Amino acid sequence: MNKRESGAFLRLQNISVKFDDDTILDNLSLDINEKEFVTLLGPSGCGKTTTLRILGGFVTPNCGDVLFEGKRINDVPSHERQINTVFQKYALFTHLNVYENVAFGLRVQKKSEKEIQETVHEMLELVNLKGFDRRNINSLSGGQQQRVAIARALAVKPRVLLLDEPLGALDLKLRKDMQNELKGIQQRLGITFVYVTHDQEEALSMSDTVVVMDSGKIQQIGTPLDIYNEPENAFVADFIGESNIIDGIMLEDFKVSMAGKTFDCLDKGFAKNEPVDVVVRPEDVDVVPVEKGMLSGEVTSVTFKGVHFEIIVDINGFKWMIQTTDFEPVGAKIGLYIEPDAIHIMKKSEYSGMFGDYSSFSDELEKLSENIEDEDE
Amino acid sequence: MNKRSSLLQKFVAAPYIVWSVLFIVVPLVMVVYYTFTDSNAKFTLDNIYTLLEPDYVSIFVRSVAYSFIATVVCLIIAFPLAYFISQSKPTTQKTAMMLIMLPMWTNLIIRTFSLSNIIADEGVINSLLQSIGLQIHMIDSPFAVILGMVYNYLPFMALPIYTVISKLDKNVVEAAQDLGCNKFMVITKIIMPLSKSGIISGITMVFVPAISTFYISQKLGGTNSRLIGEEIEAAFMSSGDKNFGSAISLVLMILIMLSIAVMNKFSDDEEDGGMIL
Repeated sequence: MNKRESGAFLRLQNISVKFDDDTILDNLSLDINEKEFVTLLGPSGCGKTTTLRILGGFVTPNCGDVLFEGKRINDVPSHERQINTVFQKYALFTHLNVYENVAFGLRVQKKSEKEIQETVHEMLELVNLKGFDRRNINSLSGGQQQRVAIARALAVKPRVLLLDEPLGALDLKLRKDMQNELKGIQQRLGITFVYVTHDQEEALSMSDTVVVMDSGKIQQIGTPLDIYNEPENAFVADFIGESNIIDGIMLEDFKVSMAGKTFDCLDKGFAKNEPVDVVVRPEDVDVVPVEKGMLSGEVTSVTFKGVHFEIIVDINGFKWMIQTTDFEPVGAKIGLYIEPDAIHIMKKSEYSGMFGDYSSFSDELEKLSENIEDEDE
Repeated sequence: MNKRSSLLQKFVAAPYIVWSVLFIVVPLVMVVYYTFTDSNAKFTLDNIYTLLEPDYVSIFVRSVAYSFIATVVCLIIAFPLAYFISQSKPTTQKTAMMLIMLPMWTNLIIRTFSLSNIIADEGVINSLLQSIGLQIHMIDSPFAVILGMVYNYLPFMALPIYTVISKLDKNVVEAAQDLGCNKFMVITKIIMPLSKSGIISGITMVFVPAISTFYISQKLGGTNSRLIGEEIEAAFMSSGDKNFGSAISLVLMILIMLSIAVMNKFSDDEEDGGMIL
């Protein structure tokens, strides 16, 4: 990794952005290393696209600095940055054919015809569009257009490639293929990718580092594994995968009380009797007979998901989601067994109490069905 | 397409077909017929021969030249105008387009008449200039005719170009900047080619009425710079020679068709955007 006295390869330092009175980014700082695949993940409106546009030079932050190899680039216009973007809706030049689209940046740089031809063909081969040179942009499918957009951005040999939800418009199968291809391209070329998505699965499967964002702030930075296994607050736990988030009290190191019982866990370093949020992933709960369970409750709904059943269990009024391969009928009384390593403790945050109970699932369903009955009458 | 819908289509299309036959096809046939006959309804090519005389050829050349210059001037003014309007705030855009449209609410004859009053030797401009001891002769000149054309037809150029530019994807502009284009290159390499359809319909909508106008040249051009439109008007209205008038109209139509054909060659691969005749 490329360490200089100023720090990271690409650095955002105390960035704030306001549009009118709306705070889009709130004192955001982020370091990105060379050759890293970084994903900005969050719900729409969390500021991830704005962050990307700051890197691309399309948004100037109200305060804070953008540093590239230690140099401040706040005021460097986008056409002078070695950072290129793959836009969400491709933004291809429809008046030019595939070859000329990819050649566009090279022509601007006044490269020789021979060099342009070599680079364009190399890029088209990289994105599996060999032989598409003379094709009209409008005659291409969405997936092919996306490839042209990627080839076009890569042709000018950027140091950093920014990708703004590039796969958002593609169908699931194609999206999976492109995820693998993009990751492959990134590794082959050895350049930095900054990728924006709201799709947590995409983020987890492609990235070296995931940056989870919400309401203009970074909620957590970490490897996909860290983010999934050690979420920092209720927002991250809820946004990444499914989570049961239960109010708990940390009795002492390695002992937490929740749902009226005391559990062993692997977390420590909390104050005595500190209130905490406890995360238990649905797939980490074992279903056992009632008498063997640490907790017990009644199944209120069962959904077949293919690989597993997703069942909602009512335990003293709090609804847990459990993923299990064994079928349990609605109304069955079951016991739950939770291993210490399935329990993750988080400090209380502004997001505490907002997520984690699956009661809303069934409540909403009940309300919906009630309404339908009302209309029938 | 099943039978019923095609029947329905025919039924719906009927009024338009009747309209087109009555008011487009029949008059066209009449124009062609009159062109090749004399006042006794005998076949003749005299009308066409007359048009080949130097006097008339020079009128045609002048008409083409004036309307060409006016079209170019309109384009030079309208493109930047449309571009800057499209870059401004939505409310400003609305106001600006309103201001451009506003003159079109006034009749062309009234607009031209007032322009002639403004640029006349005793007009508004010259009376202002006289106070500092200057006088510029403007009216009854090619300059006045072209000015009149530009003044009257500018909205027809600005409107289609603005429509196309304002619909351009902002991301495409950003993509061009991203790939190294400065502001000027964005305009020449992206915005201009992508607004080609608007430019072409603008050119058509200015050139066609400009080349056939008679009132503008009559009012502003004096007697020395007659245009085709004036000749057609004179043939029908003052000399009552509808055969010769038809011949001029027919040749003018062919001229216009040729120029549109040339223009459409440039827009072959265009499929969206402005109006293409």
